[in-house]
Formats: sequence, C-alpha cells, structure tokens
Amino acid sequence: MTTKREMTASDIASAVAGRKMSALDATEAALARIKQHDAILNAFTDITADRARAKARAIDADIAAGKTVGPLAGVPFAVKNLFDVAGLATRAGSKINRDRVPAMRDATLIERMEAAGAVLVGALNMGEYAYDFTGENVHHGPSRNPHDTTRMSGGSSGGSGSAVGGALVPIALGSDTNGSIRVPSSFCGIFGLKPTYGRLSRARSFPFVASLDHLGPFARSATDLALAYDAMQGPDADDAACTTRGIEPTLPLLANPVSDLRIAIAGGYFQQNLFPEAVEAIGRVAKALGATRVVDVPEAARARAAAYVISTTEGASLHLDRLRKRPNDFDPAVRDRLIAGAMVPAPLVDRAQKFRRWYRAQLAEVFKSVDVLLAPATPCTAPKLGQVNFNLGGVELPVRANIGIHTQPISFIGLPVVAVPVPLEPLPIGVQIIAAPWREDIALRVAYALEKMGVVAAPSPKGF
Amino acid sequence: MAEPLDDYIDAVSQALALPVEDAWRPAIRANLEVSLRLGRLVDEFALPDETEPAPVFTV
Repeated sequence: MTTKREMTASDIASAVAGRKMSALDATEAALARIKQHDAILNAFTDITADRARAKARAIDADIAAGKTVGPLAGVPFAVKNLFDVAGLATRAGSKINRDRVPAMRDATLIERMEAAGAVLVGALNMGEYAYDFTGENVHHGPSRNPHDTTRMSGGSSGGSGSAVGGALVPIALGSDTNGSIRVPSSFCGIFGLKPTYGRLSRARSFPFVASLDHLGPFARSATDLALAYDAMQGPDADDAACTTRGIEPTLPLLANPVSDLRIAIAGGYFQQNLFPEAVEAIGRVAKALGATRVVDVPEAARARAAAYVISTTEGASLHLDRLRKRPNDFDPAVRDRLIAGAMVPAPLVDRAQKFRRWYRAQLAEVFKSVDVLLAPATPCTAPKLGQVNFNLGGVELPVRANIGIHTQPISFIGLPVVAVPVPLEPLPIGVQIIAAPWREDIALRVAYALEKMGVVAAPSPKGF
Repeated sequence: MAEPLDDYIDAVSQALALPVEDAWRPAIRANLEVSLRLGRLVDEFALPDETEPAPVFTV
C-alpha cells in the first residue's frame, strides 16, 4: 500500500487538484522528510523552502479561485545542482562554481515543471562537474544510497537518485552524459528517463560535454516519469541542440499493450562483464516481456571508447581556464582526468565523432527489425562508498571508470532509454529499455507494462 | 626515471599553459594512457574519407 511518505507525483497532483490535500501540505511534508532524513542521505545542497511555500500557496489560491491547475499541481521536486535556480550559484558539484554570481533565471526545465504546477524544494548533490559515476563528492560529501547508506548512490546525479530513492521527493531532475541518470536509477532502485539527444532543453544548465549532454527526470513510477517528461517537452531557442519537433505526449499512450512490440535482448558486449545480479535482472525483464531474440550491437566497445575520448576532451576544453587558474580547487581525481583530456591529440577526437556517425547508422539498421533493446544499466548493484576496484569478467578494474560501460554506448548516439528498477534483494538494480530516436513513448510504455506485471518497482527505502 | 609519456606531458602542458605539479603527474599519465589506448581503438577502425562527424538527431 502506498504510504504518505511514498505518495507518487500523480497521487499528490490528483489529491491537490481534488482538494483532498493542499499544495502547501504536500510541500511541508516533503520539507519535513528532507529535514528528517537528509542529514543521513546528504542528497540536498540547497533547500528552497521559502520559494516552495510561496509557490504552493499560489497553487492553493488558484484552486480556491476555481482556476485550472497543471498536471503536477503541488508536486514537490528537486534538481541536480547544475540546473540554474534563480538566486543560487550554480555549483555543478564544484567548489569553484560556488563563487559564481547567483543565477538570474531558472533553467528552462524548472520553468516548465513549475508551469505544470510542480513545486521546487531544492538543489541536489552531484559528482564534481558531472565527471563521475559514483555520487561521491569531495567538497560536500557523498550522497548515500537509500537502501544501504554505506553504499554509493551512483553518479553523477547522485543526489537525484538518493532523494527519489529515499522518497524525500517523488520527482527529481538530473543530467546524463554517459549514464548519469541511468546509473543512479539502477543503484537507488528508481525509474529514470534519458530522452533522445536534443529532446529536452538544456538551457540554463551547466554543461559537461556538449556533444553528449542530456537532461531528464527520475521518479518512483513510470507514470510519474511520463508526467514530468510530458511537462518538459517542447522546442527552446535557448538550447542550440534542442529539437524543433512539437510536443509528443506519452502519458495517453502509456497503457497501450506491448504485445505488438518487437523486443530483443542486446547481445555480445552487453552480455559481458556482468555480476550475477545484472544477469538475473535482465533475465526477469526479458522473460516477463517474452523476449528471447538476442541482437548483436556492432562495435559497442569501440562506441564506449569513442564516448570516453569525446567526454574527456570536450570536458577538458570546457574547464581549461579553471584548470589553469584554480587547479587546487578541483577534486584531484577530476582535475587529473581533465588535464589528461586536454592532452589527447585532436585527430583522435575527430575520428571519434566520425565513428559516431558510422555507429548511429548501424543502430538505425538494428531498429528496422526491433522496437526495443534490453540491456543492463550497471554491471552490479551499488558498490560500497570509497570502493576503488571490482572484479569484472575476471579482471580487477577501477570501479569509477567502469560503472557506466553498458550505458555509454547508448547515450553516445543519443538513443532514448528508460532505466527500470528490478527490486532484487538485498539491493535493486536497473535494466535499460532502449528505443529508436524520438520513441520515448515506446520505452515508457514497456516500463509501465513491466511495473503493472510487478516485475519492476521502486522498493521502499530501508537503509535509514 | 622518466616515463615514456613524460616528455609529451611536459610539452603539451607548456603549449597550453597548464600547470602539472610533480605530485599530479602519475595520475595524469595514467589517465592519459587510458585515453590514448581507447583513442587507438577508435583510430584503428577504418572509415570512408567522406564520413561526416557527429550525428545530431533532427526532424
């Protein structure tokens, strides 16, 4: 049974719109949960209580006046601290950015969430400058896994995973360059959507790798994910990469049957370097969907390599001047990777971008015969905080660099993915539901069907 | 003893005016080795001369 602590966004919005709960009560409940639990989870870096209460009161006033309210009326949400929030310095997980002038205007996606009635309650912890898969942060401390607080939340949107997995808020926003929505979703046992590259505006968010940066939502149900995603769609001239396609609502399609979809399991690269729990999770999802066909994704290892090269070099370019002027104010691990990235010869970057086109064409061929690919989101459940190495495929490898090996070849060409949580014991783990470009509706539909079958669910937090 | 990449690291850090303290050098070298190894994996894949870089999904 849904408890008040774990009310979904759609529960809250319908209770608020139906006058069974005020937006202010929903907001106060979220603020109280944050106050009670965030000292342990460390998901939040800023709490915007005054702003949230003012917004909630305005919604309640609209309802009292008989005005129509949006589909997210009274729903508390929070954002990774690389989103501009008016009045706050946009930290992007760093010490250096704390010196920035406070943002004058909210990020586009915050404006759209609030236009739909959602209530921003704060900004969230993240790995420094988004160059991270762990959720650890040397400046603010790690965001912690809500199912075992000695473990990683996943990164780089670690606070987003921790806040939604810990049921502090029903929806959070994050970014995903190489897996930073899908990895925390997997470790924290929640739903996450990385849309098609260019689908959601990145305007007024702090970048990492312009070629690969995406923004998207986290939630505790597929319905909430669709609600937030639909509210945020639409062209935006303030983001050069944002599509001019019109809004394509997914919520009305969510309950459509999935029996007509051609669903396959990604083979080869995606079936290697997996712990038993990742194999179990893929097996459960594939069985529930009746998927037996295995499709090879050609050159996925090379795609991951190319994504790595593009990330380290574009990231280095972005931070070049900060590396010169304030090298000691970076997390040393991030600094050393970025300096190395600045030293990669330019022809390798050009070839990585050209390979990207070749690889995209190969995947376009794959999607002529399938509608959905299933792949692991992470090789394992959440590692211990501070864990340096793990044994992957019989080889001892660094955790930090290898958590995203199964997500990188997918975001590399911008395919839409819903990460769904398989509630294994003792820890959940995610599976990627991957669709063709612009078919977020299909990935969300499959996620919804799996949830209705009871195969995927956001488990109640039990770590605190 | 100098490592094979050290001269290269010195030259590029000078060209880009990037500071590289001695204490950072082993980690920078290790990261650069990974980047170059992965870069070689991309480099050795033959592509037609006409290949355009980077797709962006459009309407």
